[in-house]
Amino acid sequence: MLACDYLVCTQASFPFCSLFVIHKYDTTNLTPGIIYNIWDTSLLKKMEISVAEAEKRTGKNAVNMQETYTVYLIETRPVDAASEGTNPALDSLWRRYSEFELLRNYLLVTYPFAVVPPLPEKRAEFVWHKLSADNMDPDFVERRRVGLENFLLRVASHPVLSSDKIFYLFLTEENGWKETVFETGFQAKADSRLKALNATFRVKNPDKRFAEMKHYGDELQSVISQLLRVRARAADRLYGVYKVHGNYGRVFSEWSAIEKEMGDGLQSAGHHMDAYAASVDDILEEEEHYADQLKEYLFYADALRYMCRKHELTQYELEMAVQDLTSKKQQQEELATGTIRTFSLKGMTSKLFGQETPEQREAKLKMLETQIEEGEEQVKERNAECDEFVKSAWVDIERFKEQKDHDLRESLISYAIMQISMCKKGIQVWNNAKECFNKM
Amino acid sequence: MSGSVVDNTVSSGNSSAAIPTDISGQILDLDEDDDLEVFSKDTTLTDGSSLNASMQTSSASMINQYKFEEEEEDADTKDIFVTVDNPESHVTAIETYITYRVETKTTRSEFDSSEFEVRRRYQDFLWLKGRLEEAHPTLIVHPLPEKFVMKGMVERFNEDFIETRRSALHKFLNKIAEHPIFSSSEDFKIFLTAGSGELTSHKKQGPGFLSRMGETVKAVAAAVRGVRSRPQEFTDMQEYVEAFSQKISSIDKVTQRIVREQKEYLEELKECGPTYALWSQSEEELAEPLKNVAGCVDKCCKETDEQVKHLNDHLIPVLHEYVLCADTLKAVLRRRDNIQADFEAKTEALATKKADRDADSKVLSLAWGSLVGRSPEEVKQQKQQKLKGEIKEMRDELDKTEDRLEWANNALKSDWTRWQKGMRTDLRSAFIDTAERNVSYYEKCLAVWESFLQSQRTDAEGNGNVDFS
Repeated sequence: MLACDYLVCTQASFPFCSLFVIHKYDTTNLTPGIIYNIWDTSLLKKMEISVAEAEKRTGKNAVNMQETYTVYLIETRPVDAASEGTNPALDSLWRRYSEFELLRNYLLVTYPFAVVPPLPEKRAEFVWHKLSADNMDPDFVERRRVGLENFLLRVASHPVLSSDKIFYLFLTEENGWKETVFETGFQAKADSRLKALNATFRVKNPDKRFAEMKHYGDELQSVISQLLRVRARAADRLYGVYKVHGNYGRVFSEWSAIEKEMGDGLQSAGHHMDAYAASVDDILEEEEHYADQLKEYLFYADALRYMCRKHELTQYELEMAVQDLTSKKQQQEELATGTIRTFSLKGMTSKLFGQETPEQREAKLKMLETQIEEGEEQVKERNAECDEFVKSAWVDIERFKEQKDHDLRESLISYAIMQISMCKKGIQVWNNAKECFNKM
Repeated sequence: MSGSVVDNTVSSGNSSAAIPTDISGQILDLDEDDDLEVFSKDTTLTDGSSLNASMQTSSASMINQYKFEEEEEDADTKDIFVTVDNPESHVTAIETYITYRVETKTTRSEFDSSEFEVRRRYQDFLWLKGRLEEAHPTLIVHPLPEKFVMKGMVERFNEDFIETRRSALHKFLNKIAEHPIFSSSEDFKIFLTAGSGELTSHKKQGPGFLSRMGETVKAVAAAVRGVRSRPQEFTDMQEYVEAFSQKISSIDKVTQRIVREQKEYLEELKECGPTYALWSQSEEELAEPLKNVAGCVDKCCKETDEQVKHLNDHLIPVLHEYVLCADTLKAVLRRRDNIQADFEAKTEALATKKADRDADSKVLSLAWGSLVGRSPEEVKQQKQQKLKGEIKEMRDELDKTEDRLEWANNALKSDWTRWQKGMRTDLRSAFIDTAERNVSYYEKCLAVWESFLQSQRTDAEGNGNVDFS
């Protein structure tokens, strides 16, 4: 079981918190009513993190054109000070979405074995008609703010990622952070890796576990996409059903004007119909949170697939190195014994133009020896790299699996709670309406 | 003229005091008026022939007419029970049609037996409705389901359509049976009891096509003339009916739209469950909760399906009936207006004739008379006699029409009150029914999701997790 320390964070900012019953800690400092999370973290132990606000800015972009964009306020505060009762000043800085993207890309390249937490979607997808697809829409911006905060907290609670320096600077250094990131040279690595990843290559002995993981990632992505699509369409329809009831309100009211005994009953029933129609807005807003939780794992699925691909690449490079070494060794052997087993240009030309001199052969053997030494080094390195990758990746995958199982189960539970709330509202409204009809 | 004959306090339910019940001339407390004798003479207030027959047999119920309020809704006194069921299709060389079984159970003395079973087709119901409307132009006959609904591509022999129609026909007959005047109609009795051959021959007995034409022509002519001094209460009724018609149509449309939207929602929801189930196949720990959720969504789908069905089968037919009622009411008011217009026209004609009589003594006729060789006195006498005869005829006619109008107005007034009560009862119970059904729908869905939560909580307690709300 994970070792645990308690941290303070609000439910709103970290929706996936829950309490694990573990025996180790001291409960004297805990405040009732606050949800604690349990991940063994280095950074979150030291500081509170939140994305508190969003603001619109205008400025000139890369091609010197005016653009409007949103910036998000990241606030941090040291934890110890808070628990001592003093209220230290919050450190804060503003970041735009593109900077979050840069951070994430850096993490992807630097920690290839990690399942890197995803960012909230860049553009609104799986939108049903009432929901705006506009990036500037305040609801979208608000949901994105929550998503970005979630991203930071996820990274901050990751056993490896949370101790990254660049991440720390992202949270604390407003100016010059971009330059610092570029100075790490991760871009070069990123470019070459990206090229390699996009190329098709075949691994001779694929690792079964990773292949299964990749397959799982594919399935997860496909099924969550489908679920989000269906849900969006159903939400659209449900909206229609509720809103049409609002027409009852209007007509009942008009009708009550021409009736004597029935008037009062009709009029008040009409009010309840209006309330019913209005209630759908809150219901669907809550459901949108549920959709966001699903979306996070949709994007996590992508991260999982990406990581499996990286593993394949690592394995491929190892195989290539081994292949290279083997061929060099063979060449050495042929040269030493004089037998030509493998086809080589040298062999052919020596056949045509005569054997080479002993000095030439000596030189060649020497060169091959060096190359073989280097080759063996490289194979050793790559082997180690591979092992390291597999070991770390598998730890992170296990961690991810546990997190995913826990989080998604909580999501399903919260979905059920939402449905229950919706049913309770429905019961109330229709019972009220029934009473009014009774008075007709 | 005869205003004091009729008791205008209809709704208070006074019966015996002042109703022109029947022909026996027992009408009391009249001023001495030489027009009085007219009343003693003839029956009634209508022109048709077989209409008299209905009137005669229902003379007793005419007293009851003003007892509407008291006898209504008294289940104990209900002495006739009619059911419409068991549709069957019949195929002949010419056509295919549906008949329905009409079963009657009654203790009424005017029926030869206490149980009857006949088969009737839609045409027969149409005939009955027509007869009742003819006999009582200003009483409100509950509407029949429409002939053939084109919208929605419903086939005439589609099961749902037949069931909807059967249910509406059942309601129609029951409304007739509950009506104090209609239920004593001879046509109604024959409808319920006659074999098909007997019914066919009875149908042929009705007023001929030509006389019906005559009525219609008169009615149209009267309508064109318009009513000069309609009593305020009927103007109020007209305004109410206009407004009611609009509102009930709106409600009907809104309800149909809700049904449509619900159906489309259901279509989408049906795909949710299978998607969760599909997902559960890729998972290990999550498989159980996902399968559980899939099951819950499927159950909610079933509930939604039934709720929509209920709306369709219960609320919509009732609303539709009252949309048709609004049209009936408009027609009834129009017919009443026509009777009044007829009365006004005849009044005017009589006045003109009387004026002629007074004015007609002078020059022209004398001149003519002297040409023909008669004395002025003779001519005058002849003319006066002739006019007197004509005036008497016209006055008789006018009195009949006035009675007819009086009767029509009172009939309408009491039936109007009765109809409003019925409307209120029907619509109120339909809305209450719908509200209850909706509550039940949400309660069922609530139970489904609560059992899911319960199952997850017991799991959670097992693993040492606690969920938050």
